[in-house]
Amino acid sequence: MTAVTLPTKGPLLRGKGWTAFFVALIAVCAVAPALNLWVSADSPFHMSDYAVALTAKIMCYAICALAMDLIWGYTGILSLGHGLFFALGGYMMGMYLMRQIGRDGNYKSDLPDFMVFLDWKELPWHWTFSGSFAMTLVLVVAVPGLIALVFGFFAFRSRIKGVYFSIITQALTFAAMLLFFRNETGFGGNNGFTDFKRILDIPIATQGTRMTLFVITGLVLLGCFLFARWLIASKFGRVLQAIRDAETRVMFSGYNPLPYKLTIWVISAVMCGVAGALYVPQVGIINPGEMSAANSIEIAIWTAVGGRATLIGPIVGAFIVNGAKSWLTVAYPEYWLYFLGALFIAVTLFLPQGIVGLVRKWLAPGDRGAVASDDARHEAQRALAAGEGMEPEALPPVGVTAAAVGGIETKGARA
Amino acid sequence: MTPDLMEQGAQRLGRRGGPAGATGNTESGGREAGSGRIATPGEVDVTHGRILYLEDVCVSFDGFKAINNLSLDIAPGELRCIIGPNGAGKTTMMDIITGKTRPDSGTVFFGSTIDLLRHREAEIAQLGIGRKFQKPTVFEQLTVFENLELALKTDKGVARSMRFRLDSAQSDRLAEIIGTIHLADSVSRLAGTLSHGQKQWLEIGMLLMQDPRLLLLDEPVAGMTDEETARTAELFLTLKGKHSLMVVEHDMSFIRTISEIVTVLCDGSVLAQGTLDEVQADERVIEVYLGR
Amino acid sequence: MTMRFLHSCAVALALLVAWPAQALTADEARAMASGETDDRVAAINKAVPTADARTAEFFQAMADDAVKTTPGRVFVMKDDQGFDPVSGAEARVPEDAEDIVNNNLLRSTLESAMAALRLTSTDEKVRGDAVQTLLNEPDESRLPLIERALAAERVPAIKARLERVRAASMLDSADRARRIEAAGTLAGSGSPEVKLLLNERLAKEDDVEVKAALVAAVRRIDDRLVWGDRINAVFSGISLGSVLLLAALGLAITYGLMGVINMAHGELMMIGAYATYLMQGVFQRYLPEAWFGGYLIAAIPVSFLASALVGAVLERGVIRFLYGRPLETLLATWGISLMLQQLVRSLFGAQNVGVENPSWMSGGFTMLGNVSLPWNRIGIIVFAVGVLLAMGWLIGRTRLGLFVRGVTQNRPIASCMGVNTARIDTYAFALGSGIAGLAGCALSQIGNVGPDLGQSYIVDSFMVVVMGGVGQLAGTVYAAMGLGILNKFIEGWAGAVLAKIAVLVFIIVFIQKRPQGIFAMKGREA
Repeated sequence: MTAVTLPTKGPLLRGKGWTAFFVALIAVCAVAPALNLWVSADSPFHMSDYAVALTAKIMCYAICALAMDLIWGYTGILSLGHGLFFALGGYMMGMYLMRQIGRDGNYKSDLPDFMVFLDWKELPWHWTFSGSFAMTLVLVVAVPGLIALVFGFFAFRSRIKGVYFSIITQALTFAAMLLFFRNETGFGGNNGFTDFKRILDIPIATQGTRMTLFVITGLVLLGCFLFARWLIASKFGRVLQAIRDAETRVMFSGYNPLPYKLTIWVISAVMCGVAGALYVPQVGIINPGEMSAANSIEIAIWTAVGGRATLIGPIVGAFIVNGAKSWLTVAYPEYWLYFLGALFIAVTLFLPQGIVGLVRKWLAPGDRGAVASDDARHEAQRALAAGEGMEPEALPPVGVTAAAVGGIETKGARA
Repeated sequence: MTPDLMEQGAQRLGRRGGPAGATGNTESGGREAGSGRIATPGEVDVTHGRILYLEDVCVSFDGFKAINNLSLDIAPGELRCIIGPNGAGKTTMMDIITGKTRPDSGTVFFGSTIDLLRHREAEIAQLGIGRKFQKPTVFEQLTVFENLELALKTDKGVARSMRFRLDSAQSDRLAEIIGTIHLADSVSRLAGTLSHGQKQWLEIGMLLMQDPRLLLLDEPVAGMTDEETARTAELFLTLKGKHSLMVVEHDMSFIRTISEIVTVLCDGSVLAQGTLDEVQADERVIEVYLGR
Repeated sequence: MTMRFLHSCAVALALLVAWPAQALTADEARAMASGETDDRVAAINKAVPTADARTAEFFQAMADDAVKTTPGRVFVMKDDQGFDPVSGAEARVPEDAEDIVNNNLLRSTLESAMAALRLTSTDEKVRGDAVQTLLNEPDESRLPLIERALAAERVPAIKARLERVRAASMLDSADRARRIEAAGTLAGSGSPEVKLLLNERLAKEDDVEVKAALVAAVRRIDDRLVWGDRINAVFSGISLGSVLLLAALGLAITYGLMGVINMAHGELMMIGAYATYLMQGVFQRYLPEAWFGGYLIAAIPVSFLASALVGAVLERGVIRFLYGRPLETLLATWGISLMLQQLVRSLFGAQNVGVENPSWMSGGFTMLGNVSLPWNRIGIIVFAVGVLLAMGWLIGRTRLGLFVRGVTQNRPIASCMGVNTARIDTYAFALGSGIAGLAGCALSQIGNVGPDLGQSYIVDSFMVVVMGGVGQLAGTVYAAMGLGILNKFIEGWAGAVLAKIAVLVFIIVFIQKRPQGIFAMKGREA
């Protein structure tokens, strides 16, 4: 028997990875502020305020895409409702910002304008902590986290999987959107929150504040990236991937998938919430439209375009798709939706590994051997999962179930 | 823990004449096999010579009776082979044992104290029952090493997994098993790139990493070459004794190499049981399965 | 102006035939045209029993604001020329004459006064409307007219209503016996307006016995109304259920039988609705008006085919390459839905388009006073049942249905038997899409047709399919009906938005307990 050499634990990022990371860090913390604040406006190198705002917005989206990669790319759970957590984080920050308007609103009252308009006399209970920035930060993490915890606990415990789970998340965010559209809910109704004046008593519309927020967003994005990398490199990350590929096998290996799924679900929800909280002061408005299913599904497409289960891919995807969106909606607005729709189709049909996956294949064709095809994986999944009756994705290929029982080798549901 | 055994134990106690200490005439504190023993939760109690015990198990799906009053038991350290025609219920029986399917009636015990019907899949796996599926199901996107590391018998909680690092004892064990399953050269390859036979071996290796008391193996040599089949037989023979094995197979020559007692399943219940020769000579078995 | 004048002439003529007239006096005219509102109201009511043609004309003129007053005189204005209301002679209008000012109370008093005078019109419809107007503004002073009209009335329906008006007029009578009698008569009515009148009287009533009679009457009406409310709620529940059923049926086929989650399902419905809109346009432009009502019948096959065609193209072009990958199918079909919506926006504009109900679908069927069942919703219920039966027949009893079932249960064997599985997939998907088109056709009759029609129904359709369980159509039926009725009942006391939210939460919770839905395919197929 040959001596067995076990592989050692790899570093968080390889040499080139760290270089890229530091380049990004410098770009965010030093280059961008310089180009915006110090380089004069006539120079071609000047980074306009519009560019700053746009990039910051996309960075917030990139954080969401990263969160989606953790939950979908690595754990195989497609959520069509993550926009809800993004919006919730945004609303928590929004409440604080509304209070920060103070008496400078249209009605010159301590209460936000929309409450005066509705003839309310005092702040509703859920606005209790909106005066304190520290508490707002707590809420930004706690509210999406708790809702994710409760929903995830019940959903995962009942072993809802696959498309059913996705549809349920879509229904959840839809219901929440309806709720937030009502004036009585106390979140500004269909107008939401806007017209912010200050944050931490500093005026919000100045270049300095904007740049500060930009840098903070960039740092949060980079921090989340490192955190995600650490998570995925640990055994926890491998269990997640195992759950994605063969959940039944994971159970038979002695792992209870529920706490794993729940943990990553809550982590990803909190990440989206934080992204939302960063988004609102920079974009200046939050309304229930952010909770729409369409927004949540777009997060999924950024991840898919960039490349699932790569962590860097979704960030790239968010930039590419939103960049295209900003350009197209100005230049050819009627064509944006065609482009987006076609992107969905093209990515699922032709580009299952995403752009990053494609690039990796070009750069290192023989690396780590050919990746097992999706078909084989689905085969195995179906064979294992068939018969549970609770896993709808296993249902159509009942022909394969027969195979599993009878021992006949069949090649899946496609003729 | 069958009623008649309990009865015997109780009678024995009774014959001894009352609670220990009262007469002063005690032997091992008056405790005898049976009702007197303190059962440790989670520990498999094989003092009755049975590690797996099924009685009168019934399950039907949509009106079709998949398992029909099945009764079966396995001794600790035994290597039992299960054969039978398709649809006999072999895989369903394994589903029931491992907690994937709930029977409509009957009892399933692991040792004399653990009622398997009360546990879920992950718990049953942790209790010491390992299962290998018909189609090799390994984690395709992870390397061979990562697959085995996942299967390691250790705390499987979330917090632990985030901070987990292999210690030297575990590394040694991992290395040992990699050697046993002949995958030393493929340690860093993605499991999805292995050949069919290698995947089967990997899965067996993962099973061994769990260090189970009872191994359930569903067609372990399907698709293997003759050489691989021979090696598998070797492996099973070394495993039995320390572990108990239940092997479902169709390959008669393989069974001949490894078997002692063979159980024939048909239409959801036991048709015949005995050595391979006895079973092969049985008219009924020839009728339904072996053919003339 | 001239039309009004002719109209008042007609009225006056009709009245000339009927009433024993007493001439309008100048004092009466003055009392009605100027002074405090309450006095004017009393004057008008006083003039009614003795009204003649001139009085009627004067009423109409006042209602038209065509009267001017000076402290001593009243003038009726016609085309800037003043006339004396009593004699009809021309009169010169002084410069300081003021326009008459009528508030709402005066106007309604004038209306009911004129209605009272119309009670003996030869036109049944005019009489019926007059009675209805009087019911809203009952006044004791009109009793003699009503009694006279009652005596002369032949049509039973109008007679019954006249009785009620009579009773309502007596409700404010000074004579308590009359009030009790009124309460008794009105108890049998069962209409919400009468209940309102009784409650108004109850608020002012002092006499204990009369109060008791009023309360009893209200309770009797309530009992009848409650049944009406319940029937209304059940009906709207069934109606909503039938809409959900149509919407979800197509999805149940594509998902339940084929495992394909189609996020563009809503847009297939939208295509059916727009096909109906186009058929309406075709009928309007090219076919005689009498045939317009038929556009809906023609639209049924057209919307089915349109959506089925689009569905077939989708299946062949995109979905067939994604079988076995449900999450990817979900995303790809979402992309298709975006494109379809944008396409419709480019072709038809982003606004809603108007689709009218044909005449045989308009209006409704009323009974019990407060139960109103619109024909278009009844039509949709019937249509949904029809579609369900047709589908059941198709799947259960035709060769095509047999092939579809075969392919979805065991594809390799079906293929071995010579079934062209690829073509069957396309047919099955087209069938599901076609039914979505039929749903769109139905929806065009009860709601708005716009590019986002699909988005409003997609979540509901999914919920029905998720709740109903896959593999059996019965589950879809039960889930659709159940959710429709549940939604409407909650809506009764919580409002539409909260009802919708409550239903969604209910489904999410239900799925925890029973993830496979109401009916599920169980266990392993051997």
